[in-house]
Amino acid sequence: MTAMGSNRASGVAVVGVATTDFGRLEGHDATTLGIWALREAAADAGITLAEIDGLIVHRLNDYQKLIQITNMVPGVLAAMPGEGRMTSGTIQLAVQAILSGMATTVALVYGNDGRSAGARYGGASDTYGTGADQLWAPYGMTSPGAVHAMQFQRHANRFGTSADQLGAISVTFREHALLNPSAVMRKRITLEDYREARFICEPLRLLDYCLINDGGVAMILTRADRARDARAKPVYIHGVAQTSRIAQGEFAEDFGYGAMQTVATRMRSMTGSGPDSVDALMIYDNFTPSVIFALEGFGFCQPGEAGAFVEEGGLSLTGRYPANTSGGHLSESYMQGWALNVEAVRQLRRGLGARQVSEAETVQYIQGGPLPATVVYGTEPL
Amino acid sequence: MNTYDKPLPRITDQSRRFWESARSGVIELPRCDSCGAFHTYFEPWCNVCGHEGAHWDPVSPQGRIWANCRFHKTYFAGFDEDVPYNVAIVELDDGPRLVTNIIDLESGSLSEMPIGMRVEAVFEAVTDEVTLIKFRPASTMGRER
Repeated sequence: MTAMGSNRASGVAVVGVATTDFGRLEGHDATTLGIWALREAAADAGITLAEIDGLIVHRLNDYQKLIQITNMVPGVLAAMPGEGRMTSGTIQLAVQAILSGMATTVALVYGNDGRSAGARYGGASDTYGTGADQLWAPYGMTSPGAVHAMQFQRHANRFGTSADQLGAISVTFREHALLNPSAVMRKRITLEDYREARFICEPLRLLDYCLINDGGVAMILTRADRARDARAKPVYIHGVAQTSRIAQGEFAEDFGYGAMQTVATRMRSMTGSGPDSVDALMIYDNFTPSVIFALEGFGFCQPGEAGAFVEEGGLSLTGRYPANTSGGHLSESYMQGWALNVEAVRQLRRGLGARQVSEAETVQYIQGGPLPATVVYGTEPL
Repeated sequence: MNTYDKPLPRITDQSRRFWESARSGVIELPRCDSCGAFHTYFEPWCNVCGHEGAHWDPVSPQGRIWANCRFHKTYFAGFDEDVPYNVAIVELDDGPRLVTNIIDLESGSLSEMPIGMRVEAVFEAVTDEVTLIKFRPASTMGRER
């Protein structure tokens, strides 16, 4: 039932996307990287910053500076804490703001100066919810990498998943990065290189870890009925879903599969999308095991079968689910999911040259971890 | 003892009993007054049943390795000489899981401390105030440190 005069929207489209350079970007902070990306995304959409009435920033630390410099007047404003798990929730808030009529056009702006600022994961500053300062650090336990190393050990113990299968993920995404001029890592690697890479937290090696870099990413979302006026071809958000498993702590008994299934089922009922209908995947790859867990958790592979699937080329450009065609966090840059969401949009706009997934119509972003989430993008309104 | 330079636990009023027990060679954990769930955090609220109120109860010092890894990079002062060093999660026979180190291994490789291996607690006094709870393979019972 639609009330007379309702300003509710019937759908949401992405009309502008931008990524800055990635790497060591001296002279920028996270906020200016965000401004850089925002200005380019607005130009991409063919709109002015004054036309944007919603702003949600993620990770960049100074929304006040951003607003003063851009002279924006957002009627919806939020700043999300810097963890990568917050990315889909940020998109979810923007979609809600537009669908409810609270805003018409929302900019999502991410800035990360982790490389120049010397961001470290692990060590005394990382707290991991309850008790790490008492029950982890005295034993030398810390870092997201170690959490993934231990979860992978459990997966290997249960299903026989091998380190070489992790290596296949690393090699595949590097192959994709070779086709992306923006990727930070553009030197081909082989499985042999992977096997010889140094251990960081055994069994994980350097090439199992994502790349901390500087960069900014922005996306501009608007009502679907206004999107046709945009400069670029609009890409439609078919659905966003997430659920928390934070209460289970860092080490989920089931690798988070129960929570991921909840999210996948929610997405299926919302959009009809699932493993049978998706043309490409963007997978949150902070560490290679995350890819295995997400493929199995969201139902793209049966539990225990993702290792063989990736080894057989299932995520390559000619595989069933071409994934992380930009190189992902492992080889393009760790932009905490944002650059992967932009890559999903770019795939659906087409024209990515050698890394284009031919005739891609539906691309799904999936993220495991403590706050499993997914976003489905399509070339047409749902 | 004054040369110990690894991180020490930030002992609070809520956790003091845990560390005092460790010093006397016992693992005690907060346990929900209502549903009996053990907690590995030091707050009065139960994350299983929602009850407010917990008491201290001893748990078995025996268990199995639930997860394992081996650090080759150091993140904390004091571990530079130790790398590579292992970290494990041990599931105690009473259910709760503790992050720990496995000691008394031949070479220290992960294959010597597989998931599922039975282990028993060793109480290692590292300062006058702090005793860490480490574990060793159960078959080495009786060896003194």
